Amino acid sequence: MTNNPHISVQNLNVHIGNQQILKDISINIPNKKVISIIGPSGCGKTTLLKTFNRLLDDTADVKITGKVLVDGENIYDPKAEVTHIRKKMGLLSQRPYPLPMSIYDNIAYGPRLHGSPKRAELDELVEQQLKATGLWNEVKDRLHAPATRLSIGQQQRLCLARGLAVQPEIILGDESTSALDPVSTSIIEDLFISLKEKYTIVLVTHILRQARRVSDYIIFVYMGKIIEFGPTEELLLNPQQELTKEYVKGYIS
Amino acid sequence: MIRRKLEENFFRILMVLAAIVVCGSFFLIVGTIFYKGVPFMSWDMITKIPGGGFYIGKEGGVLNAIVGSMYIAGGATVLGLCISIPVAIYINMYLKGNGFISNSLRIAFDVLFGIPSIVYGAFGFLIMVYFGIKASLLGGIVAVTLLVIPILVRTLDEVIITVPRELRDASLSLGATRWEMSKMVLRQIRPGIFTAILLSFGRAIGDVASVLFTAGFSDNIPTSLHQPAATLPLAIFFQLGSPVEEVQGRAYASALILTVVVLIITILSSILSKRFSKNKI
Repeated sequence: MTNNPHISVQNLNVHIGNQQILKDISINIPNKKVISIIGPSGCGKTTLLKTFNRLLDDTADVKITGKVLVDGENIYDPKAEVTHIRKKMGLLSQRPYPLPMSIYDNIAYGPRLHGSPKRAELDELVEQQLKATGLWNEVKDRLHAPATRLSIGQQQRLCLARGLAVQPEIILGDESTSALDPVSTSIIEDLFISLKEKYTIVLVTHILRQARRVSDYIIFVYMGKIIEFGPTEELLLNPQQELTKEYVKGYIS
Repeated sequence: MIRRKLEENFFRILMVLAAIVVCGSFFLIVGTIFYKGVPFMSWDMITKIPGGGFYIGKEGGVLNAIVGSMYIAGGATVLGLCISIPVAIYINMYLKGNGFISNSLRIAFDVLFGIPSIVYGAFGFLIMVYFGIKASLLGGIVAVTLLVIPILVRTLDEVIITVPRELRDASLSLGATRWEMSKMVLRQIRPGIFTAILLSFGRAIGDVASVLFTAGFSDNIPTSLHQPAATLPLAIFFQLGSPVEEVQGRAYASALILTVVVLIITILSSILSKRFSKNKI
């Protein structure tokens, strides 16, 4: 399963202030699969996710050591181009945060940053991404309305479409369904499953059932350490570690 | 039980009284200005510059001061924004927003905020003497710009802080540079920029001490940056000092004009702020 890792984390340590958030993390994340990072609140799941696209860089007092290789390239190399790294990953945060502009401009925002596409190309791209996230029929008549007029579930799909528009290789989801109703949650989950044909998807979730529904592999993190990593069914039904067993059974959370 | 009820009522009455004092003084001030100013208001007041003998109660108006005040307050606000927006962005987007340098800068601006405007006037005057500039529109604009920069920076800073971290992350994770992300943040805070403009303009148009030495006073409308310019607060000051009753009345009429100008700016900026908040999340 690790013959061709998309993201390879090697001896990663993250300190914020005096606190060590991640302790000696090493893991290989396989290509074009859905991987869920599970664990109790405050265990470092989100921090781990954010190290993948260097969003921790701006945090005060942060110290990061170790390597994160994406496509074999160490993204923490001083020479690495941070905008290039981030473009490879679409991020879907806990709540949808549409940019303060229209639906159309939200999706066009990324492509416009990375070039000056022609109007016709943009139109096509916007349509394509909105179709990929199942929004097209709902919004095709009001593409130039503010994105904030959409329902929260639609906004989250718009944010996904916005991320896909820069042609990333990886999608990072940080508890992306925690603010959504069950119907929107299931739409987003189905999208994740269908998108794994083209993308590697790493999700942070605290909902075990969600991890089970969507992911191929699960990483269990506890107190800043990776306790166990394995295929979903194996890890959930036959955990090897005592801590994983307790977490899966609901004794610790 | 009774004690708690009494306490509840006592503090509620206290709050209502405090609110009445604030509203009451507002209406008293505005009422006085209207009562004393309206009889001396005339079309001439806002359309004419002082004629010969204005200060002994003859014809003319305060158009020179209206235009001068608008030039200075407008110029200072525009110039102030050109400096404050980059500073506010730099503090929050380029430096670590809650790091040592940012917080030191914030303290510095808080101190500047508290410095009395006469100090800015004196400082502006020193600079003008050094460069050999006489009291002029330019000098006034520069001194008032110094005065409004701390207001603008701190207001913009407070507004930028309210932009959710995730919104900035969303832009960055699409591969935006810091500047591209900052442009998006500026879009998000447009309503806040109008609030900052309003605060700055209000302070700038009402301040006497900073323009006293720097802008000078003139009965004419300045036609270049190097000519002295009149301002409404100074006009009020000079007119109030006159022994002639009619000129004193004109001071209240000028105060009325100043109040109305501030009112118009307030309404305009709140309309603009609403219009630009439609895309805001």
